[in-house]
Amino acid sequence: MNEKKTFWKHLQAWVDGEEVILDADKYIVSRPKREKSDWRSHFTMEYVKEHRKLYMFLSIAISVLFIGIMLGVVNGLPEFGNPHNPANNEVMERYLESGIEETGATNFVAGMILDYRAFDTFAEANVLFLAVMCAVILLKKDSKNYCAQEEQEKYEDNIFDEREKKPILQMGGKVLAPLVILYGIYVILNGHLSPGGGFSGGSIIGAGLILYASAYGQKKMRTFFTFRTFTAISVGCLLTYCACKTYSFFTGANHVGFAIPKGTPGDILSGGFILPLNICVGLIVACTMYGFFALFTKGDI
Amino acid sequence: MEHINWIHNIPFFSIFLAMICGIITALAKDGKVAFKIHTVMVFVVCIMSGLLLFRVVKNQETFYYMMGHFPAPWGNELRAGPLEALMAVTFSLVMLLTVSGGLDFIMKDVVAEKQPLYFIMLNALFGAMLALIYTNDIFTAYVFIEINTIASCALIMAKGTPESMVGTTHYLVISLLGSGLFLLGVSILYSITGHLLFPQMQEAIVGIFKTGEYATPLMVVTGFMFIGIAIKSALFPFHSMLPGAYNAAIPTSSGILSGLVLKSYIILGIKLIYCVFSELVMHTLKITEVLFVFGLAGMVMGSVYAMRERKMKRMLAYSSVAQIGYIYMGIGMGTRVGMTAACFHILAHAITKTLLFLCCGSFVEDNGGKDKIYHMRGAALRNPLAGVGYTVGALSMVGIPLLAGFISKVYFATASVYSSGKMAAVLIVLGVSMVLNALYFLPSVIAIWSPVKGVEKKPFAKVSPMFAVSIVGFIILNFALGVYYRPITRIIQMSIGLLAQ
Amino acid sequence: MNHLGTNFYEAASVILFGIGFMNLLLQNNLIKKFIGLNIMDTAVYLFLAAKGYISGRVAPILTDGIIDASHYINPVPAGLVLTGIVVAVSITAFSLALVQRLYKHYGTLNMDEIMRLSREEEGE
Repeated sequence: MNEKKTFWKHLQAWVDGEEVILDADKYIVSRPKREKSDWRSHFTMEYVKEHRKLYMFLSIAISVLFIGIMLGVVNGLPEFGNPHNPANNEVMERYLESGIEETGATNFVAGMILDYRAFDTFAEANVLFLAVMCAVILLKKDSKNYCAQEEQEKYEDNIFDEREKKPILQMGGKVLAPLVILYGIYVILNGHLSPGGGFSGGSIIGAGLILYASAYGQKKMRTFFTFRTFTAISVGCLLTYCACKTYSFFTGANHVGFAIPKGTPGDILSGGFILPLNICVGLIVACTMYGFFALFTKGDI
Repeated sequence: MEHINWIHNIPFFSIFLAMICGIITALAKDGKVAFKIHTVMVFVVCIMSGLLLFRVVKNQETFYYMMGHFPAPWGNELRAGPLEALMAVTFSLVMLLTVSGGLDFIMKDVVAEKQPLYFIMLNALFGAMLALIYTNDIFTAYVFIEINTIASCALIMAKGTPESMVGTTHYLVISLLGSGLFLLGVSILYSITGHLLFPQMQEAIVGIFKTGEYATPLMVVTGFMFIGIAIKSALFPFHSMLPGAYNAAIPTSSGILSGLVLKSYIILGIKLIYCVFSELVMHTLKITEVLFVFGLAGMVMGSVYAMRERKMKRMLAYSSVAQIGYIYMGIGMGTRVGMTAACFHILAHAITKTLLFLCCGSFVEDNGGKDKIYHMRGAALRNPLAGVGYTVGALSMVGIPLLAGFISKVYFATASVYSSGKMAAVLIVLGVSMVLNALYFLPSVIAIWSPVKGVEKKPFAKVSPMFAVSIVGFIILNFALGVYYRPITRIIQMSIGLLAQ
Repeated sequence: MNHLGTNFYEAASVILFGIGFMNLLLQNNLIKKFIGLNIMDTAVYLFLAAKGYISGRVAPILTDGIIDASHYINPVPAGLVLTGIVVAVSITAFSLALVQRLYKHYGTLNMDEIMRLSREEEGE
């Protein structure tokens, strides 16, 4: 009888994934001791990290081995700068020789990423959008991400922003920010003609916005750039991007519709969809850069 | 104007619809609107993919879709055949059922003002998975892998608890290591082949392989790409990110991550095997053998870890490791029969594991957040529907006849006959792994059905109608796949034949 | 096939990749870990950029109206690097946001310490 009972207890314990079940709560308290003698702990990262020296030695060994293998690979790769390498093939020739005719852009790289291989670039703009939305999820204040001390600090920061005179920074901001933003706009608009484009120009504009925000405080920035503006610009630009690309992918794949006029190569208004796409990308990047800055410093845009 | 073949536009429409819905969701004012947008989108994609599947199976065709005005080596391309269509249908069905069934968890665990953001991530994740299924360009695959990584990390951390942040950090670091290796592989492959699209790359690789030029880079690069994909899909030695992340995330997220996201990388891997590296190169370089060995190790070790686990969700996470091991074992057999079994197991695991995670989430919620297995005693009596769901899922994973998991095990066993020298290993490990599966799943099933004495009877848990529909849907799918498996396996066999052409 | 002597840039980039990897493994500080990941990414971009170069040619932007493939370098790697950089920026921002959130809660950047604290919190 007694033995049967223990058998049942064992079965019960097995069912519960435990050895003993008599008093579950008591058991939880006493468990950490057993955990240490658990065979598993010998194989976890923690065990390895406790033996720091061994871990360091292994990591260095792995990395050195990796570098060694890779140097072997580099040894077998095509020669640097050789025009007869496999990568310099008909793909590249068409981009360079028919690029102007087919895309209208004199910057071949812009033509390539915004027309020939536009799907990648579309995905890339989405990556940026998702990253800033992730930063919003993580850093924007909400009931789970809130602490009184931070609110206090933020309040003090605001007072500091208002009272403190920062003549050099503010003067510098006043003079430089418009120039920086103007330069960014220039880079975006000439993206299909010269080095640059949406991404580089957008980050320059973003830098200008950040300069302005750090000189005058975020409160002033809010007068023209709020979270709503931010969302509206990002979503609007991405949707425009989407619409343009949907049109060109659909018409291209089904051989329908009419081609977008390419204009005279070298003119500012040329290159079909490349200029509007560059503007869209530039705006998204500018908003994103400023958005990162604002979220990281104050937790809000 | 020519006649437009609308069916051929479906892959492009599905990807763009998902992406556009992801962007529009940013304007949604609360989670409910976002959920509606998401559901409609996934439903439409499901219907469209069904049409596509019907057509490609009927015509036995594979087609390439030009993304833009420029043909193959210059522009991007999508590729769709029966395998892609089948996976798209499954993914959208599972996504639809999981999100509608797990809506309560989202509404409860995610802060109200951030719910639309959660749905942005879901939509983007769905779009990225579709793109990974359909893509025919290796660099597009890389960019969408990154979207997949960001969105899946966002799904884990959406709960906002410190625990989920730690899980996300772990997941992020390991995933980024995987994508870094993949990118390195892409750049080396580009430098030795000069192409980025699958068919042209394959031609170049076969050429290189025959002449013996660039032999070392080719070997190393193949290794890197598959290590990258193995890290991403949590093959055994790289599985350490799963338990923490899945335990801390919302059950809906865990279900999607385990059932779909890991699978999307594996499907990309399968496409790489057939469309880029070709069977010949894979076999000669013995990549398949390596995957086979790690798959076997994963099957056993995942189950052993799961047996040692006391928390239900962590147990399910380790069980995923074991199931991923099954899939890699099938791939590693190196035969088309093995690949068929692996593809079938992808489907079976996708519908089963999401079901298990949803039911487990429901139990945990009934228990007020206690998630150890011994807290679960009698949980099924309070919540019979989730109990039935969990039982069906667990039995399917163990491999009981009439359920999907059984069929895939039968196919693995049959496939082993065709791969010489691997038969004994497959059969032994399959047997051991089935016993181990039973050893950790059955106790939890018995536990949830056994009443607790001496405790006052708790009232029945309220179950929302959508949760009920989704659980019933999953159970029906599971039985359907377990009974009417023939047409599915026929489609898979045909599609692998088409892939390998 | 011995091109190690000429492929300086590629060699440097793989060494950088290894250094980034070592950083990722050895550093306990989360920010330094992510810097390691960033170094790895950057190394791949150096590799790609080096693969696009062809000696004696100019950047792929129309100069003096010459439309001839043998005058310019390969534009494909440049495009890939551009895409890659944006992805890396996004990932870095995301991971740093995660680090900030972790620091707010645990008050430390040490990964081991965070793991220990979170395990304690779980109430084992």
